Amino acid sequence: MTLPQQILTIAMVVLGTMLTRFLPFLIFSPGRSTPRYIRYLGKVLPAAVFGMLVLYCLRNVNLLGGSHGLPEFISLALVTGLHLWKHQMLLSIAGGTVCYMLLVQLVF
Amino acid sequence: MDKTYRKALKAAFPHTLPILTGFLFLGMTYGIYMRVSGFSFWYPLLMSLTIFAGSVEFVAVNLLLGSFNPLQALAMTLMLNARHLFYGISLLDKYRGAGWKKPYLIFGLCDETFSINYTAVIPEGVDRSCFYFWVTLLDHSYWVLGATLGGLFGALLPFNTEGLDFVMTAMFAVIFLEQWQKDSDHTSALLGVGLSLLCLFAFGADHFIIPSMLAILGALTLLRPRLERR
Repeated sequence: MTLPQQILTIAMVVLGTMLTRFLPFLIFSPGRSTPRYIRYLGKVLPAAVFGMLVLYCLRNVNLLGGSHGLPEFISLALVTGLHLWKHQMLLSIAGGTVCYMLLVQLVF
Repeated sequence: MDKTYRKALKAAFPHTLPILTGFLFLGMTYGIYMRVSGFSFWYPLLMSLTIFAGSVEFVAVNLLLGSFNPLQALAMTLMLNARHLFYGISLLDKYRGAGWKKPYLIFGLCDETFSINYTAVIPEGVDRSCFYFWVTLLDHSYWVLGATLGGLFGALLPFNTEGLDFVMTAMFAVIFLEQWQKDSDHTSALLGVGLSLLCLFAFGADHFIIPSMLAILGALTLLRPRLERR
């Protein structure tokens, strides 16, 4: 990507973020109720979006070749285990990342 | 400093302490991640300052490393940040009458700032809009500081950083788990993973995000009569 393309990409991200933050204040007035469809999406959408993002992070994993995605799956299992056990967000993230780094550097 | 502001700062700062640790850690990781991906510290500095939405900034690294596709960048950001719409809706009343501070309060409405400003019990005698202002400014500063430090020192790390990019996967996995435990019905979470997986196989790694989003929105809309009753 050239520098102008990078700037445009970042500008799009800024624009998207600001749209989601400013829009409610521009279109809804306090006291008036929010459309039900919007409230429904607000309740159900986050779970699906974060699921999609986990897949996005794993999109380049090759199950058929290389390390068959084993470092990813082992580290994700550790993240899940740690998080269910200790409920410390930073610990789960750090633990899983260190595990993954050790696996790709020393084992696979 | 004006007495009203000083008083509000004293009330606001303790609320932001947990964010200080979290943002320094995640911000530095983000800065380091950008640096080891080949970007100078100016990128994390300016991006953390102007975007100020952690998860999107991690995704933006990937967007910058891929081929130029501004539309996908916008769609991805909108979908990821759609939750902010609801923060705004919940704060319409609280942010009313904040005057010149209001645009900045809205600009800086990240997850963590929202959770403090939405739930904090503001002591009697402390100006509400000044309290909100400090929480927003402090959180923003922690994040920019962490990202910049990470960007500056990321190249000096005394160990092999291969695999560090997994931090983003781990972060989203943790957020997904948190959401999972909060929800009583997991249809949406399973749809998100299932439909994205399907689209990943159908469209490939470079083109599956927009189809996944459309599929998720479509499925959730169709299932609304069933899911809304729960």
